[in-house]
Amino acid sequence: MISSVFDWLSTPANWEGDRGIISQTLTHLEYSLIALVCAALIAVPMGLYIGHTGRGRVVAVSIAGGFRAIPSLGVLFIAVLLLLPRLRGELAFALPSLIVLVILAIPPILSGVYAGIAEVDPAARDAAKGMGMTGSQVLWQVEVPNALPLMFSGMRSAMLQIIATATIAAVVGLGGLGRFLIDGQATRDYDEMAGGALLVAALALLVDFVFGLVQRFVVSPGLTKTA
Amino acid sequence: MRLWGVDLGELIELTLDHIYLAGVPLIVGLLLAIPLGWLAVQRKWLYGPLLAATGLMYTIPSLALFIILPGILGTQILDPLNVLVAMTVYTIALLTRTVADALQSVPDHVKQAATAMGYSPLRRLFAVDLPLGVPVIAAGMRVAAVSNVSIVSVAALVGVSQLGILFTAGFNRNAMGPILIGVVACLILATLFDAIILSVSKALTPWQTSRSGS
Amino acid sequence: MKRTSILAATLAAGLTLSACGGDSDPLDDSGEESGSSSSDTITIGSASFPENVLLMEIYAAALSDAGVDVETRGNIGQRETYIAGLDDGSIDMIPEYTGALTLYLNADAEATDPDGVYAELQDALPENLTVLEPSAAEDKDSIVVTAETASEYDLTAIGDLEPVAGELVLGGPPEFEERFTGVPGLNEVYGLEFSAFRPLAAGSNLTAQSLANGQIDVANIFSTDPSISENDFVVLDDPDALFVAQNIVPLVTTDAVNDEITTTLNGVSAELDTAILTELLAQVVVGGEAPEDVAREFVDSIG
Repeated sequence: MISSVFDWLSTPANWEGDRGIISQTLTHLEYSLIALVCAALIAVPMGLYIGHTGRGRVVAVSIAGGFRAIPSLGVLFIAVLLLLPRLRGELAFALPSLIVLVILAIPPILSGVYAGIAEVDPAARDAAKGMGMTGSQVLWQVEVPNALPLMFSGMRSAMLQIIATATIAAVVGLGGLGRFLIDGQATRDYDEMAGGALLVAALALLVDFVFGLVQRFVVSPGLTKTA
Repeated sequence: MRLWGVDLGELIELTLDHIYLAGVPLIVGLLLAIPLGWLAVQRKWLYGPLLAATGLMYTIPSLALFIILPGILGTQILDPLNVLVAMTVYTIALLTRTVADALQSVPDHVKQAATAMGYSPLRRLFAVDLPLGVPVIAAGMRVAAVSNVSIVSVAALVGVSQLGILFTAGFNRNAMGPILIGVVACLILATLFDAIILSVSKALTPWQTSRSGS
Repeated sequence: MKRTSILAATLAAGLTLSACGGDSDPLDDSGEESGSSSSDTITIGSASFPENVLLMEIYAAALSDAGVDVETRGNIGQRETYIAGLDDGSIDMIPEYTGALTLYLNADAEATDPDGVYAELQDALPENLTVLEPSAAEDKDSIVVTAETASEYDLTAIGDLEPVAGELVLGGPPEFEERFTGVPGLNEVYGLEFSAFRPLAAGSNLTAQSLANGQIDVANIFSTDPSISENDFVVLDDPDALFVAQNIVPLVTTDAVNDEITTTLNGVSAELDTAILTELLAQVVVGGEAPEDVAREFVDSIG
């Protein structure tokens, strides 16, 4: 059984063409990155504000918790019913899927950012203020660099969830690695499904590894020892 | 009685199915994550590989797990057991790290005191480390519970009865009502799970009078 | 409790018999075992589209009127999945379609007319599965375009698509791409080579909406789908009968069949035709009524 899955994975024909593994992996990666960026654009400023000012913590906690509980499949179907008649072309499938992934990615990013900022050593913050730094200088020169490890771990867990969940976009006709799961299920092709699942897990690992490298590069060496 | 095209009796049945499919794995997963987390802390060389392996399990898409498990377990394709096992896998994936963190969060002097009082490692685990780790474990359980409730609904795509069936049924009938009811029911369920875990955690840690969970 | 349910079963069976003496004789297929197994629960499944759910509910309503203990298990994916469900005992029965089931079981099946298909189906069925009498109601795969597309390219039959298919996107359920009564058959029988196939796994509503909104140009939709009349879609003729007869028929595990079930469901099948089915389905899909309510009303009206 396992060997037939590897047969599927090692058949060159399955890798080539615009429905092949390479092309679907790139599509998957593309949706995932777009979703991550959109979620970060929303969640990072919110997290910075809440962490820096200490205001709205309750809001952040309830958004982080509440958004996690929103069932992705339900949101996907609601978004498709609402948007399909209003949008043209590919966007009509892509936007609903994007919404689902963004909702999914906001909680881990938001809690990573605000927890990172909030947990910065008060002594470091006081010292910075004592040196005469303004509020925004404290934020950008002290709090953000110190919060980077937790911010990164929030981003990484968001990306893992996005990559795993982007598979359900295939239900509404979008490309990506989910195609192998959905098409494999429709035709009871076990090898294709299992192969697709392995590819998703492999992609998630690879992306997480790359993020880990970036993190090592970006985060101050003084922090990595304790993080 | 009907609400937005959903029969209330059916809604209750689906909700109960959902509670069962999301709740049982939460408990089984915790029971399995405790020895794994303990092992990771006890044997330092196991820490990295064990947490990497359990973390890896979380990257398997739920849809894939629901479809592939029958082939591995030899179960029927519609067997709820597939969903129970899949959700247990995710719970273990989330909670092993939490348990390890919780055990490590116990201050060293407390551990040393227990050891000095003649506690064996196993007895110390149950009498000291785990009770003191309850707040951290509860925080992890809350995340796992909420994400379980959401992930279970994906099992609608493989026909296993739970609230997610309202999504596929509503979508096929072009009816927003059942989908919205399903989403709201999931949110209520997640809140309920969250509240239960929080109050159990409070009951187990009477010394923590006024601190929030996370 | 048991006595009353047997009494109810007898009564209901009698009513069904008297109500549908007309076009087909529900007695001719009666099995030999007598109704002792009515105490077993029969689990009826359905595929993941509304009509099949509705048919499941109709069977369930009729059978429970006949005193059979019934459970329903709707939306079990596609044929590939629910046949496995019948094999492994997850379900005992599902509403099926003669042609599609025959081709699923025997890819070399040749007949396209209702009787021929039904005969081939009987031959192709494995021993553990049984079909009851087929209904006149038929739900065929069909190839559908919007009225604008039809007039733009002057389309009336599937073959008319041949010169323009290369510019058009075909959409339908994912398995349509693989099975013969799908993309391969369209190519082999009509020489159609579409620019792309978009797999739409979330049911016919998604396909219909995508066609109406121009995300796809040509769609595979079932002939009873209310979206066709609702959107003025044009169903293209199938002169070479790629899409074979698809009479609705209960597919039951042989272990579960008894004469109560046979009599009851043959009665239901005799009452059903394509027009009635389309109308009932519209109540669900367009009217937003619950399938079990529509089923109950229909069963009461024939009971």
